[in-house]
Amino acid sequence: MLKAFSNYKALNIYALYFHIGETEKKCFIEEIPDETMVIGKYRTQLWDKQTGSFLPATPGLGMHVEIKDPDTKIILSRQYGSDGRFTFTSHTPGEHQICLHSNSTKMALFAGGKLRVHLDIQVGEHTNNYPEIAAKDKLTELQLRARQLLDQVEQIQKEQNYQRYREERFRMTSESTNQRVLWWSIAQTLILIVTGIWQMKHLKSFFEAKKLV
Amino acid sequence: RDWATLSAWQLVLVQVLWAYLLCGWTFGSELTFELPDNAKQCFYEDITIGTKCTLEFQVVTGGHYDVDCRLEDADGTVLYKEMKKQYDSFTFTAAKNGTYKFCFSNEFSTFTHKTVYFDFQVGEDPPLFPNENRVTALTQMESACVSIHEALKSVIDYQTHFRLREAQGRSRAEDLNTRVAFWSIGEALILLVVSISQVVLLRSFFSDRKTTTTRVGS
Repeated sequence: MLKAFSNYKALNIYALYFHIGETEKKCFIEEIPDETMVIGKYRTQLWDKQTGSFLPATPGLGMHVEIKDPDTKIILSRQYGSDGRFTFTSHTPGEHQICLHSNSTKMALFAGGKLRVHLDIQVGEHTNNYPEIAAKDKLTELQLRARQLLDQVEQIQKEQNYQRYREERFRMTSESTNQRVLWWSIAQTLILIVTGIWQMKHLKSFFEAKKLV
Repeated sequence: RDWATLSAWQLVLVQVLWAYLLCGWTFGSELTFELPDNAKQCFYEDITIGTKCTLEFQVVTGGHYDVDCRLEDADGTVLYKEMKKQYDSFTFTAAKNGTYKFCFSNEFSTFTHKTVYFDFQVGEDPPLFPNENRVTALTQMESACVSIHEALKSVIDYQTHFRLREAQGRSRAEDLNTRVAFWSIGEALILLVVSISQVVLLRSFFSDRKTTTTRVGS
């Protein structure tokens, strides 16, 4: 029973969808603390001109998934089929970028130009499959609820830590701007004064040479 | 009873029952995406009648932090339409079955890319125990757990919105930092160039033109 439920869960969550063009690349940003798991699932459907509707599944249709970490280093770059599931765990806190683009070799398929992509991205404690955990660790209902609360609190803690790190970065940026404004203002005033004095001196000597003064 | 021994129609019946059981519970989607200038991005979701849904969105970076948002139901009736909004939350109950569509538009902007965050919750979260009979009452401990869970969910939601607002401030600060450096160096250079060229120009006014005037005269 549980297995059937989890299978249905797998089908049901591809609820939100959007349309993507042939060579279009769609990117999504996930700003997450470190050591956070992200699971992404997608399902693609191709527009069939003959029937005027979307086909339930098309073999040979692929999507290329590329995930970059906050330092723009690629942590995952893989080709998946028309239905795919990708997962990664962040090692640095920050903005991770998940990009999808279709990479079908059969360009003729895209004559209609529309591809429907169902996407679901779950982050942190939403990645936990509680019925599975209950079955594996043999937890009672109360224990499972406590486990869920613990996971939520852990996620809140991680986010707070990340918040502290971000605030520190913000503070450093502001202080750097402050320093720059200070030093460059002083430098520019000095340049102004020095060039002013040089101009006067130079012109004075020039006019004296020309015997106009 | 082994699932393999069930006949095909029995399996179909079971699946239909599961689908019926699950139709009340659907998950929410939370995404952050980049909206280029003059672009419009639409998202669709199939919703059953009577489901309570919430759409929340916030502009994270770009320009004046505003975006046009439009939510239409299955027949194209506009349920929500706002222009140039920075943040909003809209709750509605689905009055019809079908595909609901919501779009974010940056068509009024000529060159700023916007990053938009949205959270579209459809229905309630699935219960922790799929086999749970909804009729049985929860014990006090379980009710306490449920209320703590709901409270923590709202804490996480507030944290998300705080993070997005803080991201706005931080990206502005970082922009300011780089801009200050560039403009300062630029201004210093302009200052030097202008002052030297002033002197050179002035000198050229007083240079010996007697040779040229005599040539013209004769």
